[in-house]
Amino acid sequence: MNDVTSDMPTEIPDDVRYAPSHEWARIDDEVVTVGISDFAQQSLGDVVYVELPQVGDEVSAGTEACVVESVKAAADVYAPVSGTVVAVNETLEESPEMVNQDPYGDGWFFKVEPTDVEELDDLLDADGYEQHCESEDDED
Amino acid sequence: MAARRTALYEEHVAAKARIVPFADWSMPLNYGSQIAEHHEVRRSVGLFDVSHMTITDVTGTCARELLARVFAGDVGKAAPGRAVYGVLLNESGGIIDDVIVYGRDAGYRVVSNAATREKVLDWLHAHAADFGVDLHERQDLALIAAQGPDALRTFCAATSMDVADLRTFSVRERNGWMVARTGYTGEDGVEAALPVDQAAALWRQLSDAGAVAAGLAARDTLRLEAGLLLYGQDMDETTSPLESNLGWTVAWDPPERGFVGREALARQRARGLERVLRGVVLTGRGVIRHGQRVETNAGDGAVTSGIFSPTLGYSIGFARVPPEATGDCLIEIRGAGIPGRIVRPPFVRHGKQVFK
Repeated sequence: MNDVTSDMPTEIPDDVRYAPSHEWARIDDEVVTVGISDFAQQSLGDVVYVELPQVGDEVSAGTEACVVESVKAAADVYAPVSGTVVAVNETLEESPEMVNQDPYGDGWFFKVEPTDVEELDDLLDADGYEQHCESEDDED
Repeated sequence: MAARRTALYEEHVAAKARIVPFADWSMPLNYGSQIAEHHEVRRSVGLFDVSHMTITDVTGTCARELLARVFAGDVGKAAPGRAVYGVLLNESGGIIDDVIVYGRDAGYRVVSNAATREKVLDWLHAHAADFGVDLHERQDLALIAAQGPDALRTFCAATSMDVADLRTFSVRERNGWMVARTGYTGEDGVEAALPVDQAAALWRQLSDAGAVAAGLAARDTLRLEAGLLLYGQDMDETTSPLESNLGWTVAWDPPERGFVGREALARQRARGLERVLRGVVLTGRGVIRHGQRVETNAGDGAVTSGIFSPTLGYSIGFARVPPEATGDCLIEIRGAGIPGRIVRPPFVRHGKQVFK
């Protein structure tokens, strides 16, 4: 995700890490769950379509892994870490609005078995991501 | 240059609108959910700030002659109290803008787009010099649209102005207000031009009477479902009204009326069209977007506007395609040909699917 801006207060939980391109990553039992941030979903507006990766796909950090479309725009979702996709959230195919309603929970996109867990350290923590969002807002 | 704010800017901010730059303006994109706003307009009544539109009063003894020259439609239909939709053309028959001309007791009022403000004013002024007509841009007016099946009832309840008997494309003026039964949503409704210092009060009265604020994003999905075009996207100076599904707005009679662009249009009509504007519906998964390639039985075309339709639950759009294109087509979305179908707009009227 790129080119997103928002002026509403956004939720930035501290139990996940963030990519500057507005994806979040949460590690649990050596599997990384990926979604897009509250800031990103607010800026996209109503999500109407999600094109998920396939289980078994190889993804690499910082490159497109799938696509999210709101009524107004399409945006790439980048993989925050490299690895193999081991699960996708098929619920989003019928209920893409979950991305808006619960971005850090039921609105997750896919899960990755990471090739290098230390890639997570390259991502932003909640404070760093908050500053990053503020700086993007200032660019308006 | 700082973006211009309408008289209702503070109302939008207070309603937590997401404000975006649009033409020279800061305008509300949505007030939370554009889909909820869209449904509210189809179901009951929505409220739009469209004060960014350009309002120009045309007066003087030759006002009608000026419009007969620059407006491709029949200005005779804009008798006092009546309005007519149509286009301004350049000499090559390309569309300079689409406008509504409102007939008044003295002269006319032309409402044109925000993004085309300067070029339309320049164009009108350039031609007005030949006719000795007075042009007056009304920056002192705000424009509010109430749209939806409950719009007229809500407007009558909120104001002292009775518009219940106002016919479609009719206009009523009182105390500096002009209320017309026009809109850009495919629903019943009114658009009211009024002094900027009274705009916030009307906005609040309509809100209190049940109208729900709707932003530019909902306006776009509503107009597309209704088969209404957006200037700069579905048509521009390189496309003629005949190529834009707007042939019906051109008044060829009387034959001696030499409106700007007439000769080019007549030549194009005699030669035959190479492309026309049609509706497309996506039967596969995805969302149609501006610029995507459309592969049809008669050759390739391109999407001019595309959205996810909140009313229909799938994606629809307009595409410029060869005139013989019909039936199934493929729309190229991220390199893949997704199945779709060519249809005749509109898609939705009064909340219901209307295309076959």
